[in-house]
Amino acid sequence: MKRLLVLGVVMVLALAGTAAAADTVRVGVYLPLTGQMAYGGQLELEGIQMAYKEMPEILGQKVELFVVDNKSDKVESANAVKRLIDKEKVVAIIGTYGSSLAMAGGEVAEKSAIPMVGTSCTNPLVTQGKKYIFRVCFIDPFQGAGAATYAFKELGFKKAALLVDVANDYSVGLASFFQKSFAKQGGEVVANLKYQSGDQDFTAQLTEIISKKPDVMFIPSYFAEGAIIMKQAQELGAQFRIMGGDAMDNPKIVEIGGAAVEGFVHTTFPYDPSMKDMSPMAQKFTDNWNKTYPGKEPNVNAALGYDTYMLVLDAIKRAGKADPAAITTALAATKGFEGVTGATTINATHDAEKPVGLVLIKGGKKTYVGSITPEL
Amino acid sequence: MSLAMFLQHGLNGLTLGSLYALIAIGYTMVYGILRLINFAHSEIFMLGAYFVLWGTTLFFLPWYVAMVVAVVVTAGVGILVDRVAYRPLRDAPRISALISAIGVSFFLQNLTIVAFGAIPREVYRPLWLETPMLMGEVRVLPLTIFVPTLSFLLMLGLVWVVYRTKAGLGMRAISKDIETSYIMGVSVNRIISLTFGIGSALAAASGIMWALRYPQLQPVMGSIPGFKAFIAAVFGGIGSIPGAVVGGVILGFTEIMAVAFFPDLAGYRDAFAFVLLIAILLIKPTGLMGAKLEDKV
Repeated sequence: MKRLLVLGVVMVLALAGTAAAADTVRVGVYLPLTGQMAYGGQLELEGIQMAYKEMPEILGQKVELFVVDNKSDKVESANAVKRLIDKEKVVAIIGTYGSSLAMAGGEVAEKSAIPMVGTSCTNPLVTQGKKYIFRVCFIDPFQGAGAATYAFKELGFKKAALLVDVANDYSVGLASFFQKSFAKQGGEVVANLKYQSGDQDFTAQLTEIISKKPDVMFIPSYFAEGAIIMKQAQELGAQFRIMGGDAMDNPKIVEIGGAAVEGFVHTTFPYDPSMKDMSPMAQKFTDNWNKTYPGKEPNVNAALGYDTYMLVLDAIKRAGKADPAAITTALAATKGFEGVTGATTINATHDAEKPVGLVLIKGGKKTYVGSITPEL
Repeated sequence: MSLAMFLQHGLNGLTLGSLYALIAIGYTMVYGILRLINFAHSEIFMLGAYFVLWGTTLFFLPWYVAMVVAVVVTAGVGILVDRVAYRPLRDAPRISALISAIGVSFFLQNLTIVAFGAIPREVYRPLWLETPMLMGEVRVLPLTIFVPTLSFLLMLGLVWVVYRTKAGLGMRAISKDIETSYIMGVSVNRIISLTFGIGSALAAASGIMWALRYPQLQPVMGSIPGFKAFIAAVFGGIGSIPGAVVGGVILGFTEIMAVAFFPDLAGYRDAFAFVLLIAILLIKPTGLMGAKLEDKV
C-alpha cells in the first residue's frame, strides 16, 4: 500500500513536471563546479546567472535554467549532457569550461541533435565536424601562437620550455601550437616536459627544465595546477619568466600565487576588469557585476558565461521558437552579436573570431597589456 | 646529469617518499589488524589539512596550535568512522566493510565540498619554511629537511608503541587472531579504535605536511596521494609497518628519478609506480617485507 502511494506521488509529480515544461524555455548548463577546474567553472556559472537575472524571459516565455556539475571529469560531462537532454528536455545547452569536457559532452549533444554553445573550450577539435556544437571563444592555434609571438617579438625571448598536462586536450593543443609558432619565428624549444592532471609534485620536471636554462616557460595548464607549478618553480630558484593560456585567468591568482606569480603573462579573451578603454557593453557588465557580486572581481570567464547565455537567447529570438533545429540554424547565422568580449561572428567552423588579449601580473595586480595579432 | 642536479632530485624524492610513507602506515596498520583496506584513509588525510585551515580562519588559532588540534581532531574522526561504519560490520563478510569504506570516502569528500566549497583554497605557510637555503648549487627548503625528519620521528614513535607497550601487544595479538584475543581478555574494540586513532593522526600529519609542501587545499586532494600510498603499502608488503615506510620512500624516489633520467617519459610518471608494483608482486607476491608473519600489525 505504502509503495503504491509513493508510486502515485511520483507519477503526479512527473505529470506536473511535463505540464510546466510546456510554457517555459528550458536551457541546460553543464560546468565544472567541483574538481580541478572549479575555479573557472564557478565564475562562468556566476556570469550565466547574472545574465539570466537580466533577461529571464524570451518570446514571452519564462526561461528555466538547469545546472549540472560535470565535476571536471570527462565521463561526468557526457552523463551531465545526457541528463540535460533525456531528463530535463532542454532545447539548448550552455557549456562547458574545459576542452576535454566539452568534447565528451559535445559528442552526446551532437547525437541527440541539441545545440550546444561552448563558453571557453578552446581546442579546435571541440567543434570540428560537428553540426550542433558552437562556441563564443577563439581557438588554440590562435592563442598558442599569440603567446609565442608575444614571447618572441615583444619580450625578445629566444629559448622556451614547455610543461604540458598530457591528459588534457586543451593543454596538449596549446603547447603544440605555441611550439610551432615559436620555432617558425626562429626561437628554440629547449625542453618539453609532461605531467598528468591532478599531479601536485612538479619538482622533478622543474629541476630538469631549470637545468636547460630557458628564457621563458610556457605552462598551458589550469589554474589549480598552474599556481602550484609557479610556487614550486620559485622554490627551486627558477630565473625564467612564465607564461600561460586563458585557463590561468583568475581574479585569485595573486592571492593564491603570492610572489611566485609576479611577472607572469597569460593570453586571454579581450576582457579584463583592468582594461583601460572598455566597450560600453564591457563597462555595463563590470558595473552590474560589482553590484550583483560585491567584493568579488569579475574575470573573462564570467564575461564569457554571460555572453554565451545572451547569445543563446538571441538565437532563440531570431529562431522565433524554442525548437532545437531552429536554434541551431540561428546560431550558425550569428553575425556581429555584441558581447562583453567583443563582437561575435560564428564562422564556418562554428568558432568565434576574436583578438588575443594579454594580461601581466605586475606589482601584485592583474594588468591588461593589450591585444596581439598572432604569427600562425 | 650533474651531481648537484642529482642531489636536488634525491632531496625531492626523499620528501615525496616520506610523505607517501606516513600515509601508507595508516593503510597498513588497519589492514594488518582487520584485513580491511580503509579506502576512507585518503579523505582522513585531506581532512587533516582542512582542519588546520578551519582552525586558523574560523577560530583564529596560531598555525602551530591549529596543527596540533587538527591532528587530534582528525584522530577522533578516524575513530568515529570505525565506530559508525566498520564496527557494526565486524562479523559481516569482508566485502561489506570494504563497500562501507568506499561509501565513507565519498561521504567525507562531499561533506568537505559542502562545508568548505569545491574551489581550491590557499594555505598559509610560515615564511621560514619556504625560504630556501643554498648548499652549493642545491637548493634546500627547510621543509625538505623538516618533512622527512618529522616523518622518521613519528615512525620511530609508532614502532615503540607497537613493540614496547601493552596496547601494541594487543594490536599484534589481534592481527594474529581476533577471536582468540577476545577470549584472552584483550579489549579488542578499544585496541582497534586506538589503531584507527593512530593511523588517522599520522594521516593528518602527512596531510598537513603535504599542504605545506604543495600549498593548495581541495576536497579531492587526498585521492592521488592516497592511491600512491596504497601502492606503497602493497609494494612494501601490506600489514608490515617497516614495509610501508620502505615502500613509500622507494616509490617517491622512483617517481622523481624516472622523470629525472627519462624526461621525455615524464607523462607516464604514474605508470612507473604501477610497473614497479607489478614487478615486485610477480617476484614476491607478499610484497617486499610481507613474508614474515610476525611483522603483521
